[in-house]
Amino acid sequence: MSLLVARGVRKTFAGIVALDDVDLEVEPGELVGLIGPNGAGKTTLFNCLLGITRPDRGSVGFAGRDLARMPVYRRARLGIGRTFQRVELFSGMTVRDHLLVAERARRGDGALWKDVLGLGRLRRDEVDRSERTLELLGLADVADRPIESLSLGRGRLVEVGRALMTEPRLLMLDEPSSGLDRSETDALVATLHQVHRERDIAIVLVEHDVDMVRGFVSRLYVMDFGRVIASGATTDVLGDELVRRAYLGGAAP
Amino acid sequence: MHDLISALLRGFPIGCVYGLVAVGVVLTYKTSGVFNLAFGAQAFVSAAVYFVLHVRDGWPIAPAFAVAVLVVAPVVGFVLDLALFRHLRSAPPIARHVVSIGLLVGIPAIVVLALHFGTSPAYGPRGIVPGGLVVYRFGEYAVSRDELTTIVVTFLAVGLLSALLRLTAAGLRMRAVVESPRMTELAGVNANRVGSLSWMLSGLFAGLAGVLLAPLFPQVSADNFFLLIVAAIAAAAFASLSSLPLALVGGLLLGLIGQLLATWLPTGSLLAQGLRPSFPFVALFVLLVFWPGLRRRRESTDPLAAVDPPPPQLAADVRSRELTLLTRALTVVAAGVGLWWVLAVANAFWLLLVTQAVILSIVFLSVTVITGMAGQISLAQAVFAAIGAFTTAQLANRFDVPLLVTVLAGAAIAAIVGALLALPAVRLGGIHLTLATLAFALFFENVLVKVDWIGGSAVPPRVARPVLGPIDFAGDRSFFFLSVAVLVVVGSLVMLVRAGTTGRFLRALGGSEVAAAAVGINPARARVTAFALSAAIAGLGGGLLAMQQGQANYQADFSVGAGLFWIVIVVTLGARTVEGAVQGGAALKLFPQALKAVGLSLTWQPVLFGLGALTFARHPEGIVEHGKRTSLAAVQRLLDRRTRT
Repeated sequence: MSLLVARGVRKTFAGIVALDDVDLEVEPGELVGLIGPNGAGKTTLFNCLLGITRPDRGSVGFAGRDLARMPVYRRARLGIGRTFQRVELFSGMTVRDHLLVAERARRGDGALWKDVLGLGRLRRDEVDRSERTLELLGLADVADRPIESLSLGRGRLVEVGRALMTEPRLLMLDEPSSGLDRSETDALVATLHQVHRERDIAIVLVEHDVDMVRGFVSRLYVMDFGRVIASGATTDVLGDELVRRAYLGGAAP
Repeated sequence: MHDLISALLRGFPIGCVYGLVAVGVVLTYKTSGVFNLAFGAQAFVSAAVYFVLHVRDGWPIAPAFAVAVLVVAPVVGFVLDLALFRHLRSAPPIARHVVSIGLLVGIPAIVVLALHFGTSPAYGPRGIVPGGLVVYRFGEYAVSRDELTTIVVTFLAVGLLSALLRLTAAGLRMRAVVESPRMTELAGVNANRVGSLSWMLSGLFAGLAGVLLAPLFPQVSADNFFLLIVAAIAAAAFASLSSLPLALVGGLLLGLIGQLLATWLPTGSLLAQGLRPSFPFVALFVLLVFWPGLRRRRESTDPLAAVDPPPPQLAADVRSRELTLLTRALTVVAAGVGLWWVLAVANAFWLLLVTQAVILSIVFLSVTVITGMAGQISLAQAVFAAIGAFTTAQLANRFDVPLLVTVLAGAAIAAIVGALLALPAVRLGGIHLTLATLAFALFFENVLVKVDWIGGSAVPPRVARPVLGPIDFAGDRSFFFLSVAVLVVVGSLVMLVRAGTTGRFLRALGGSEVAAAAVGINPARARVTAFALSAAIAGLGGGLLAMQQGQANYQADFSVGAGLFWIVIVVTLGARTVEGAVQGGAALKLFPQALKAVGLSLTWQPVLFGLGALTFARHPEGIVEHGKRTSLAAVQRLLDRRTRT
């Protein structure tokens, strides 16, 4: 059974069709890319899947459950993690705190009475789990640094780590290479590969950077003007004439 | 029909004044991102200066008007921008709100001191045309010359301003600065100069509204101007905080509907008594919660604001182990000495004061929760305390419930009211939430307090002291111990919550709401929890205060004005720590004694704390916390040097 299924998703903004009957499927543990020129509707689709925007028509399901009208935080608890194109970090907190907040969010609902009885303090196993994620992402050396002192590339890794702490089954990355240079992007791809190997999470990548997509995902959706114009195995799709004309400017890559 | 038209004629000039202030509020909001709650206080400055020059000192109208409106008003705006708001452009919105609340408390007190308003009552303000009371008759309808002037001046001023913003280069620059002062500066525009211009313009509007409004009341008093700003904020909300013409329309509508209600509702009915005076607050609350134009609007923040450093960590989080031990030891010693002094040395008067300070510290811990932890400003904390006090009084007097039970019931009811208030308002966040709490607080003050089973009839309901088994807390000394015990319990509770899940979630939400939701935190739930907890603490403190005073006296202890002052004190001293709240309680009760000792007027208290809140701009953690960090750093250096040699 597919992990994430979107069927006939349509969204218009003031009469402009941003998404026109889009279908999308992601299998458990699969690496999927979503590319397209600016304004193709990638971000709108992303927002519809995460619950930030509500589609006018169509359905979104996750692990057999209908996500219609489900708010962002409940989708997160079902197992959809994400990162942001313009990094969204908790200012004033350390790297470790970021992971610990996410860990606490995964565990419980934050009932006030538990805090009042002193049950809300940090526990050993929470610290251990955050430690393992810090190791995996290579953030152990900056664990106690305030988040503001980190570079953009590492900030994005913190976002990945924060999402991983919620034990997602699907990780959605919104243009993770934006603002990073070539070597930072390569390092990020390497880390993501490792995350995928160790945790077996499905990853959806929305990207501009075709090189990054080519080296990372096994299946690709290409959007243009609010429609999916091609989908399939990455190498096939990137060789497709239609895709090259819409997205790559006609010339062979 | 005749009634209708004369009601409209009477409502129109009032609506014009509302509209003028609303336009000024929208203008500053649009051009500097500051929602200026002190706008009414600015209007009061001009009204007071005009009154003093024209009525008291007998100046002719023209020079008095010129000085009060054309000179003083823009200068006040210019100074506020130069000294304060300019430095807050890319600061977090909460810093700007705190500063404007500080001004709201401080400016009227400064005016009263500077113009010697305290000694001579400011009765009989006059309008800005000679013979303002002359009445023109059109058939059976009458309009006074003052009213006509107000209408003409309003439309002229708003028309000129709209033209300036739409048609001139200065207007274009102003609109650009709103989006991002930093980016506008990158494009070669001097954002500071543009900001000054807009603050002078809005100051001018405040001054104009001030002198036009003054003759509508029998005396020039800051309270009238505070209510004026509430009506004007409702009008500004109607305009979605963005359209100047709509702000004027909103003001007119409010004025007209207010007069229609006055005419049509049967006099003497509960509805008339309740709805008429509270109409602006109800309108404001409803607009804030339901008006779609506001819902789409995000609080204005500079896209480049992230460049600024974040708030520093609490001193307690960064100090070394030996320093922690040292501070704790010192705290224990200080508390011991304090207790010894209260029990062995202090007389009845000082025991009373210290007990009140302890109880107010409990109330102030509610601000620690809502402002320090949740990052929201609530102006309804005094009302939550009042709910606690009234519940305590009513349950004990009517149903003979034991007092220790009623005071807990008071806390519970305050929590429920707080949660109910927060449910619709909490997703607004920021300034909109603050305004919703203000609207609710004013509604409570003007309507609910007068209801028999809430605030009691004309006399404040009496409250006795509690008894617990063999212990009777009737004595001042035993009640002091009870208060200290409650303070210790509530203080520890706040610290536990801060270190626990709720505290973490709230800190994450303060950092980034979208990211917090993306890891599964329910923003609304966390904020409503914080609101309910904060209201419960305030309610508990209010119940204790009523027991201590022997009565639940709304006017003396819980008014909206008092609540504003509380926020200002706590935020000035430190809203993020328990110590800040305790120091706030001590300051509120002991500072007046210090003023008396040196022979200064008590008006100095709002002046000093109002101005103190302005330090929030530089030290958002509060001046006590700032002082603590600096002194801790100094002691640490000393310790380091010792260990090295």
